[in-house]
Amino acid sequence: MTGPKAQTPAHEILPLGQDCVLVRFARKPDLSALSAAQRFRAVIAGQQHSEITEVAPSLASVLLRFDPGATPRARIEMIAQRALAELGPDADLPAPTRRWHLPVAFGADAGPQLAEAAALAGLTQEAAVRQMVEADLLVLAIGFAPGQPYIGLLPDNWNLPRLSQLTPKVPAGALVVAVRQLVLFCNDSTTGWRQIGQTGFRPFWPHSSTPFRLEVGDAIRIEHVSQMDLAALAPERTEGLGGARLEKTR
Amino acid sequence: MTPTLQILRAGPQMTVQDLGRPALTAQGLATGGAADRTALAEAAALLNLTYFPAAIEMAGMGGEFAVTLPTRIALTGAPMRAKVDAKEIGWNQTHLILPGQRLSIGGALSGVYGYLATAGGIATEPVLGSRSTHLVGNIGQILAAGDGLILGPDPTPNAPTVRITPEPRFSGGAVRMMPGPQTGLFEKAELARFLASEFARGAASNRQGVRLDHGGAPFQAGEAAGLASDFIAVGDVQMTGDGVPHVLLSECQTMGGYPRIGTVIGADLSRIAQLSLGGRVRFTLISVEEADRLYRSPAQMIAEAKSRVAPLVRDPSEISDLLGYQLIGGVVSGRDEEEY
Repeated sequence: MTGPKAQTPAHEILPLGQDCVLVRFARKPDLSALSAAQRFRAVIAGQQHSEITEVAPSLASVLLRFDPGATPRARIEMIAQRALAELGPDADLPAPTRRWHLPVAFGADAGPQLAEAAALAGLTQEAAVRQMVEADLLVLAIGFAPGQPYIGLLPDNWNLPRLSQLTPKVPAGALVVAVRQLVLFCNDSTTGWRQIGQTGFRPFWPHSSTPFRLEVGDAIRIEHVSQMDLAALAPERTEGLGGARLEKTR
Repeated sequence: MTPTLQILRAGPQMTVQDLGRPALTAQGLATGGAADRTALAEAAALLNLTYFPAAIEMAGMGGEFAVTLPTRIALTGAPMRAKVDAKEIGWNQTHLILPGQRLSIGGALSGVYGYLATAGGIATEPVLGSRSTHLVGNIGQILAAGDGLILGPDPTPNAPTVRITPEPRFSGGAVRMMPGPQTGLFEKAELARFLASEFARGAASNRQGVRLDHGGAPFQAGEAAGLASDFIAVGDVQMTGDGVPHVLLSECQTMGGYPRIGTVIGADLSRIAQLSLGGRVRFTLISVEEADRLYRSPAQMIAEAKSRVAPLVRDPSEISDLLGYQLIGGVVSGRDEEEY
């Protein structure tokens, strides 16, 4: 994924509650802001500031948490300013260091809204699944619920609106689509996105030694499996991995 | 024998809560923990602890409990009617519970969340560094009749009974809010209208957030449609699609696309969590600098609560053997008159 070249990106340094500073690169989703957020996160993390207790990236911003009892906000804002100056103009996303191969069953009971979503994307169901399998995808952000990834970006024809009526319940492991992104739910959820597939993968498995499976920047390749294969990959049989494999790419 | 708190009967939402799991925002897990942290600080102060104990949070209604070893408890947060066997006991104080006795805790008299803490803390196995049940995150579960919670041993079961003057927070009032990343998306007039409005607790409120109802028009932000999902702070005042404010509590989502008009500071969040159905709140906007000055660390919260702890002055009518007590002339007796 390559974004437009730019100078040090536009940004705002903002308060977020009493113990966070938010560095925001855009208000609306935007590829160069995504790249800036991930590069800024990498610069800050690499500098290992003892005053910063957590660094977390979103689609267009980075959160810097600090202990207000020990560090004044102004100190964190100064660290942010200096890191911004080091970002440089290159807007390419950092290359992924890991790749997940994620088995997904599409359509029918596993994806009751695949036909509808494919039609909106101008594709047959088969062609829609082929695009998913061929797409080079990344974990863009983790949030809303524990471990839950926003995955993207899908080709332009997947810029689908959210549903106007929420679906009251999709199951844990549901793969849903909207606005060129996929979300993989870790728990049963209400959603305004369309469910196209189902996985045995659980992005959060509390009692595992690595309870949060995914990291922002991880590459994702989808593998198409049948519903029968999926049954054998049920999370309770696979420690919540659902047959997913992790490959080191560097 | 292992000290155990046995749950004989459970209200609809009793959970174990401490300060939760900070610094897991990058993994999508909100901090969680007690909805009313002031109540945990008051429990720590009553039991003379230096840390926030894991305690049982009781939403709206308590339950019935027994212990396997003599155990001091502290009752804080939303005052609830409480008895040991047939005898009524006071809220906001410590009690010694003996094996064979039955502790009964009823419905909240005001506020929402009551807390039962034990002197040795709860010694269940932590998950990701905390014993808090996180309902949204599927960690832990709601307590049920028949459950037994392993307790740390009470180091000083014979410590004298003490009481605390609770921080008033159960009937609403003024709540201080600091500006956040999206405050600027609201027109000045819309922000002013929000600050001039008075709000009541909506029925759809839980550990994720409190819905605030008012009589006026919904609140709208500019460019609200199409905002990138961005980080949420506990205390954020979020305007959902229909323009209704929700103050987000400890188990909120970690990011979201709805605009937020500001962030309630930690010192006033208990007032929102504990807002009774009949109570009213209004918001005042303070500067970031003032909000930062008002930050209190967990240790400061406990120290401040300890300054409100005093020995319990017993009501002579309750004391069966008056001669066993040395009465000090001139002390006004009375028990928890401000609580009931």
